[in-house]
Amino acid sequence: MTALLTILLVTFVAVAIWQLIKIFDLAQVGESNSAVATDKDNKINGYLMLAFLAFIYIITIVCIWYLGDLPLLSNSASEHGPDIDNLMIISLVIIFIVQTFTQFLLHYFAYKYKGEKGKKALFYADNNTLEAIWTGIPVVVLAGLIIYGLFTWNDIMNVDKEEDPLVVELYAQQFNWKARYAGSDNVLGKANVRLIDLDKANILGVDEDDPNAQDDVVVTELHLPKGRPVLFKMRSQDVLHSAYMPHFRAQMNCVPGMVTQFAFTPTVTTAEMRQNPDMQDKVKNINNIRVEKSKALMAEDEEGLDPYEFDYLLLCNKICGKSHYNMQMKIVVETEEEFNAWMSEQKTFANSLN
Amino acid sequence: MSATVDTHDHDVHHHKETFVTKYIFSQDHKMIAKQYLITGVIVMGIIGILMSLLIRMQIAWPEEQNAVFKALLGKWAPEGVMDADIYLALVTIHGTIMVFFVLTAGLSGTFSNLLIPLQIGARDMASGFLNMVSYWLFFVSCVIMVLSFFVETGPAAAGWTIYPPLSALPMAQPGSGAGMTMWLVSMAIFIASSLLGSLNYIVTVLNLRTKGMSMTRMPLTIWAFFVTAIIGVISFPVLLSAALLLIMDRSFGTSFFLSDIFIQGEVLHYQGGSPVLFEHLFWFLGHPEVYIVLLPALGITSEVIATNSRKPIFGYRAMIMSIIAIAFLSTIVWGHHMFISGMNPFLGSVFTFTTLLIAIPSAVKAFNYITTLWKGNLQMNPAMLFSIGLVSTFITGGLTGIILGDSALDINVHDTYFVVAHFHLVMGISALYGVFAGVYHWFPKMFGRMMNKNLGYIHFWITAVGAYGVFFPMHFIGMAGLPRRYYTNSNFPLFDDTTDTQVVITVFALIAGSVQLVFLYNFISSIFYGKKAEKNPWRSTTLEWTTPVEHMHGNWPGEIPHVYRWPYDYSKPGHDEDFVPQTVPLKEGEEELQH
Repeated sequence: MTALLTILLVTFVAVAIWQLIKIFDLAQVGESNSAVATDKDNKINGYLMLAFLAFIYIITIVCIWYLGDLPLLSNSASEHGPDIDNLMIISLVIIFIVQTFTQFLLHYFAYKYKGEKGKKALFYADNNTLEAIWTGIPVVVLAGLIIYGLFTWNDIMNVDKEEDPLVVELYAQQFNWKARYAGSDNVLGKANVRLIDLDKANILGVDEDDPNAQDDVVVTELHLPKGRPVLFKMRSQDVLHSAYMPHFRAQMNCVPGMVTQFAFTPTVTTAEMRQNPDMQDKVKNINNIRVEKSKALMAEDEEGLDPYEFDYLLLCNKICGKSHYNMQMKIVVETEEEFNAWMSEQKTFANSLN
Repeated sequence: MSATVDTHDHDVHHHKETFVTKYIFSQDHKMIAKQYLITGVIVMGIIGILMSLLIRMQIAWPEEQNAVFKALLGKWAPEGVMDADIYLALVTIHGTIMVFFVLTAGLSGTFSNLLIPLQIGARDMASGFLNMVSYWLFFVSCVIMVLSFFVETGPAAAGWTIYPPLSALPMAQPGSGAGMTMWLVSMAIFIASSLLGSLNYIVTVLNLRTKGMSMTRMPLTIWAFFVTAIIGVISFPVLLSAALLLIMDRSFGTSFFLSDIFIQGEVLHYQGGSPVLFEHLFWFLGHPEVYIVLLPALGITSEVIATNSRKPIFGYRAMIMSIIAIAFLSTIVWGHHMFISGMNPFLGSVFTFTTLLIAIPSAVKAFNYITTLWKGNLQMNPAMLFSIGLVSTFITGGLTGIILGDSALDINVHDTYFVVAHFHLVMGISALYGVFAGVYHWFPKMFGRMMNKNLGYIHFWITAVGAYGVFFPMHFIGMAGLPRRYYTNSNFPLFDDTTDTQVVITVFALIAGSVQLVFLYNFISSIFYGKKAEKNPWRSTTLEWTTPVEHMHGNWPGEIPHVYRWPYDYSKPGHDEDFVPQTVPLKEGEEELQH
C-alpha cells in the first residue's frame, strides 16, 4: 500500500513539475518569439558564464577549506609513502594551476566575446606557433611527471631480497582476510586451494607435508614490526579481491590461481600514529560526529555508536560480492619486541591442525 | 580523391511507403537516427539516470527505510531498506546502460546516422538495410538488458567490468546466475549491432562523399564519427571474444579465466586460466570505449562552437591530427586500468608512459576550443552553452587523469571515489553534454521544429551547477581513501567524516537529475508544438542545412550539391554574410583556406 502511495506521490510531483514548466513555457510566448539566441540572451548568458567561473573557484575553495584535511597527502606510515605523497602534491599543484588558468580563459572569453548584432568575429583559422606552444608545454611538463612517476613506481615495485623482508601471505576469501606468517625459517609453506581441509582447520590449503609449512602462523589480525621491510604475497580462494592499505599507500589485487606481491616498510607504529596531532584532530572530529549520530539513534531507542579509536586497516577494494563493503582486517604496527612477543603467543600451523 | 557520386535520382520519387516501412523497419538514416535517439538516449537515459539517483540515495542515507526504494525496488528492498546485492546490481547496470547504451549507441547511433549522409552529401548510408538491422539488434539488446531486472536472482551485479570469477560463478553472488547470462547475451548482440553500424559509417564516409568533399573538407563531426567507428571496429570484437570465452567458462566448463577456486566448501574443477587475461581483453575494448564515447561528443562540440562563435574552428588540421593521435594512443593504454592487477610492474611503466602522452593531443584540443572563442561573436544558444560546458568538464576531468595514469599515484587512489569523479566528469558528463548540444543544435533538422531556448538555458545552468556539485567534492573523499562500490560506509568509523559530504553530493545529484525533466518536457512538447524551423536556423555552412526542412527520401530534391570550400568559412573577410556555405563556389581570387 505504501508502495502504491509513494508511486502516486512521485507521479504527482512529476506532473506538478511538468505543469510548472508548461506554465513557464506558455507565459513567455509574448516576450520574444525567437527560438535563436538574441543579444539579450547573449548578454545574460555571458554574465552567467562569469558567475559560473566564480562558482567553480568557490566550490574549489570551499572543498579545500572544508575537505582539505581528508586527502591522504601526509602522515603516511610507510617508507615509500612520502615519495607518493610528494608526487601527488606536485601533480595536484600543477593541475590546480592549469585548471584555474584554463577555466578562466574559457569562461572569460565566453563572457567577453558574447555576441552582438552587427559585430563581426575575427577570421582567425590557424597559427602554427600557438599550436607548437600548447603542444610543447604539455610535453615538457608531462615528461617531468612521467620520469618522476616512473622512478617512484620502480622504487616501490622492486623488492630487494637482500634486505631480508618479513614474508607474509595475505589470504582473501568472501568476505574476510587471513594472514599467514612464514615463521622462523621465513619461507612460506606451499599451498593450494585443493589442499583445503575444513575438518582439520586447514582453511588456507597449506601443504601439511611441506617442512617449510610447519612453522607458519595463520592469524586474523595483521601485526607488523616497525622498520622491517614486509613482503606480502597475496592469494585469493574465490574471486578477485584487492588488498588496500591506504595509510601505507599500498594496494595490490588478490587473484585466484596466482600469487601477487607488494612490499613496504612500516615506519610508524599504531601507538605513535595515535599520538600524531593531525590524527588526534581527525579522531576527535570523527568522535564528535559519532556522538551526534548516537544521539539521533538513541532517540529512536537504538544503540549508540562506540567511540572511534585509530587503527590501521586493510580493506577490500575490488568488488567481490554482497559483503564487499565490510571486508576488513585490523593492522597493528608495533616495535620489534612487541611483535616478537605477540608472535611467540601464536600457534604454528603444525600445532593448529585438528 | 573525390569519390563516385550517385547522381541518379530514382530514389526520390519511388514507391509508396507503408507505416511499417516508414516508422518501424525504416531504412532511412534520418528515421533510424530518431529511433536511436528515442531508444538509446531518451528511454535508456531515463533508466540509467534513475538508477544513479537510487545509488546516491543509498550512499547518503544507508540502511534507512526509504519509501522510494520500496516503491521502485519491491522485493529487492524489504521494508524499504535496499538489499546489498541489488545495490551492486544497480551500480553494474547503471554503468552498463550509460556507457554502452546511452553514450555509445545513443550518441553515435543518433548523430552518426543523422549527420554522416547529410554532411558529406550522400543520399543515405552505404547500406540502408544493414543500418536497419543494426538498430533492431540494438533494440533487442536493450530489451534483454532491461528484462534482466525481472529474473528471480536479479540482474548482473559484478560491476560493469564483469571481472571473473565473480561474474562467472553463480555461487559467488546471485547476480551471476541468469542475470549475468542475459547481460552477456545482450552485450553480444549489442556488439554485433555496433559493428554493423561502424562498418556502415566507415564505408559511407570513404565512398559516398559528394563532389568536392575531400577528406580535408569534411566537418570535424564527420572526422570524429569516422575515427570513432574505426576504433569501434578494432576494439569491440575483442570484447565479443572475451564475452564468448566467459560464456564458455560459465556454461561449458572451460577454464579460460578461472583457476584454483574454492567456494562454499568445495573445490571447483577449473585449472590454468587467469582472471588477468580477462582484464586485458576487457580493457582492450574498455579504454578505447572511453574515446568511442568522447570523440563524437567532441566532434559535435567542434561544429557547435564554430557555428555559434561565427568563427572558423581554430587549428582544423591540428584538430584532425589530435583526433587521430588520441585514437591511436587509445588502443595502447588499456593497462592503466590494471596497474595493481598483478601484471608485471614493467608493463605498468610502459602504460604510464603511453597514457600520459594522451594528455598532449587532449590539451591541443582544449586550447583550440578556447582560441576559437577568442574574438568571436558568440551566439549563446543552448547548444553552445552545453559545448562550452563540455570543454569545462573535459578540462576538469581530464586533468585528474594525470594522477590516475601515473602508476605510482594510482596505487593509492585506484578504485576510490577519486576514480568515480574523474571518469564521470571526463567521459560521463562531457559526453552527455555532447549529446545535449547535439540534440539542441540538430533538433530543427530532425523534427522540423525548434526547441524552446529558455527552457534550454534553465536545463543547462542547473545541470552545470549540479554536475560540479556532485563530482568536485568526490575527488576529496576519494583521496581520503574511500573505496567505491561500498553499499554503506558505516562499518568504517574511519570514514565517518565523509558522510556529510555524501549527503551534499546526493542533494546536488537529485537536483541535477530532476532538472532533466525540463529537457524531457522541452523535447517532447517541441516535437509537436515547437516553433516551425527555418531551413538554416543557426546560419551554418555545412551541407545538412541545404536540405529541405520536411524530410524526404534521398535528402536532396534533384542533384546533390557540390562542395567548393571547407566547412568553417565564418566571418570570412570579403563576404557580406558572416557565413559562407560549403556549396558557394570560391569567388575569383578568393583563396580557400587549405594549407
